[in-house]
Amino acid sequence: MTTTKDTYIVQEGAVLDRREFFTKLGLGSLGVAAVGTLAFYYQYLSPNVLFEPSPIVNAGAIDRYPLGSVTLDVNSAIYLVHIARGYFSLSAICTHLGCMTAWKPELNMIACPCHGSRFNREGQKLAGPAPKPLPWLKTWLSDDGELMVDRSITIPQFQFLRV
Amino acid sequence: MPGTIETYFDKLERTRVWRSIFRSGKGTSTLHNALAIQQNVFLHLFPTKVRKRMLGLGATWYLGTLTLGTFIVLVVTGILLMLYYHPSVPRAYSDVKDLQFVVSSGLFLRNLHRWSAHAMVFLAFAHMFRVFYRGAYRTPREFNWVIGVVLLLVTLLLSYTGYLLPWDQLAFWAITVGTNISSAVPLIGDKIRFMLLGGHLVNANALLRFYVLHCVILPLTAVLFLAVHFWRIRKDGGLYVRETEPGVANSDQDLSNQEQESR
Repeated sequence: MTTTKDTYIVQEGAVLDRREFFTKLGLGSLGVAAVGTLAFYYQYLSPNVLFEPSPIVNAGAIDRYPLGSVTLDVNSAIYLVHIARGYFSLSAICTHLGCMTAWKPELNMIACPCHGSRFNREGQKLAGPAPKPLPWLKTWLSDDGELMVDRSITIPQFQFLRV
Repeated sequence: MPGTIETYFDKLERTRVWRSIFRSGKGTSTLHNALAIQQNVFLHLFPTKVRKRMLGLGATWYLGTLTLGTFIVLVVTGILLMLYYHPSVPRAYSDVKDLQFVVSSGLFLRNLHRWSAHAMVFLAFAHMFRVFYRGAYRTPREFNWVIGVVLLLVTLLLSYTGYLLPWDQLAFWAITVGTNISSAVPLIGDKIRFMLLGGHLVNANALLRFYVLHCVILPLTAVLFLAVHFWRIRKDGGLYVRETEPGVANSDQDLSNQEQESR
């Protein structure tokens, strides 16, 4: 009759001895607990509900934007532009580091006060450190004839809203 | 009557209460002096013995000590400012304005906090230049240099997180730009920014998070690393003296030469 204990001794080197087994079990459990703790913190620190303004903006009646105008809405940080080819809206957030740009009518361009990026009225970069053009935002006309903009959806450039 | 005060202190130092607190006992021997440092919880991190010339102003310029000094001023003034400041969007800006114009000595405390913060960043850099050009970062002190770099980063983060708290235009755009820089990290950048701000915008959550970082997490981190920093100085043989510590040995031969020189 051989007991379990004897088996371990016989198979020396081939399998874990008891001490090694429990050390590995202990370290493994600590590892699992550490990963769990990280996941816990990650989830806790990411808020599930945000009290932020809606991405959808009602920009008002379309006749507020005459032909050739570039209008900055400071509160929602978007430009509403009306040129001969149609209406469109641009994000006013500089693609460099997130400052709010401004329309400079005397220069006929959009300029960022932080690091000097410049864009034309279609949002294309003319100068400065900005890596990308100003994004075009999804724009449509509501049933009441008001311009609506969804700031969370970017569309390809030069997709005009024609009325 | 001359000597009265000394007699009084002499009596005080022999009382049982005094002896129970300061256990090193009375005396001016080397042992007593060493014990006075070793047996004090605040001083035991420091070397028990310091070379006399290291205490001259010319030798160290006290830049590290001054950096600690500004940190202590910042902790004290910061705690006092916390008593009038609410880290909430409707209150933050007006609370800072009240500190400037309404609270007694509020202007003084806020300015002291602000100027000490600037001084601490400057002194930390100056201290590091001093250590670098003197070669005091070399073996066996290289780990303490790394701790110092961590402390510099914590200092800069404290400076940065404090910037948002007045909740004015400067603060808002500085944090907008700064957190956008953090989103340049590959793959996880946007997530870092989201976690830092507690949202997509510099908003109420961001103000509260920066407040907690500024007032709790970063100061505690700084204290922890400061303790290690000072303790390492003791373990590495006190403040750096070039004449007795020739730096990195390139070979065993160098090492034995250096040992002989230092004797």
